[in-house]
Amino acid sequence: MILLNGERSEVRAGETVAQVLGRLGLERDARGVAVAIDGEVVPRAGWDTRVVGEGARVEVLTAMQGG
Amino acid sequence: MESAPDTLEIAGRSIGSRLLLGTGGFPSLELLADAIAASASQVVTVALRRVDPSPGRRGGALIDVLAEAGVELLPNTAGCHTARDAVITARMAREAFETDWVKLEVIGDEDTLLPDAPELLAAAEQLIDEGFVVLAYTTDDPVLARRLADLGCAAVMPLGSPIGSGMGIRNPYNIALIREAVDVPVVLDAGIGTASDAALAMELGCDAVMAASAIARAQDPVAMARAMRAAVQAGRLARGAGRIPRRDYATPSTPDAGRAEFAPRGAHVG
Repeated sequence: MILLNGERSEVRAGETVAQVLGRLGLERDARGVAVAIDGEVVPRAGWDTRVVGEGARVEVLTAMQGG
Repeated sequence: MESAPDTLEIAGRSIGSRLLLGTGGFPSLELLADAIAASASQVVTVALRRVDPSPGRRGGALIDVLAEAGVELLPNTAGCHTARDAVITARMAREAFETDWVKLEVIGDEDTLLPDAPELLAAAEQLIDEGFVVLAYTTDDPVLARRLADLGCAAVMPLGSPIGSGMGIRNPYNIALIREAVDVPVVLDAGIGTASDAALAMELGCDAVMAASAIARAQDPVAMARAMRAAVQAGRLARGAGRIPRRDYATPSTPDAGRAEFAPRGAHVG
């Protein structure tokens, strides 16, 4: 099971970050988006190659009004 | 009237306005855009939150509005309660917004949203080590402000009173002490309720004011943005002009010499 933004997801181990973003309706060139797996930032350059492992916690964040 | 341009400088970057704007709380992006224009702010804060996958809520619209406004983004770490979370959030903000500037917030109390000093110091040290330009949201404690500046924070952002409270500057004495305690810019952050609070911050020697709720939640945010802009300018000018000392009794502003005497002292006018 992989947690995507705190919720059980249908993401399967082995999917790339780019595929996970696709599940959220985000294009590869989406601006103002950052991804972390288990608290570690995945740079944009690694979105196509970095895969998600079983049990991972994936956070996909974007710009929000605040502060 | 002003001979040299009076620009704010943070970490070697010139910023054309001494009013920084928080983007939180605006009822619509249209109002946000209009308020940015009215405030003349050049730096606005932005937060990071989980992507909402429902259509039309993917965060891109905010980025578009801010890009259109031509402002610099200052990502914050709002909502973080530990140094670890704040550091990770800052790293994600650097990735998302392509800036190494961060407004560092580490909150220690849910009701007052007051900063957690030990976690704040730990996060600041780590982020500065990683090359971030850290603007630290802090209490109005001059010693903590000095510690943050000593670590290498690019600016300290003491609160006037709790975030969103609109209580103004509860301890003007401490704010003035902070101005004396550090060599980096002091940005009064949090607690501003109306224009006079912003003017007071500048009169106390702050280099800039950050306003969010005071503008966003005003009945007319655009008019309040204009008022804050004028107040920051007025306070800055007054600080430079040098105010008169406070006295307990009146000092005549019209000279006594040459005053007429129409009747002997003590006589009734008849």
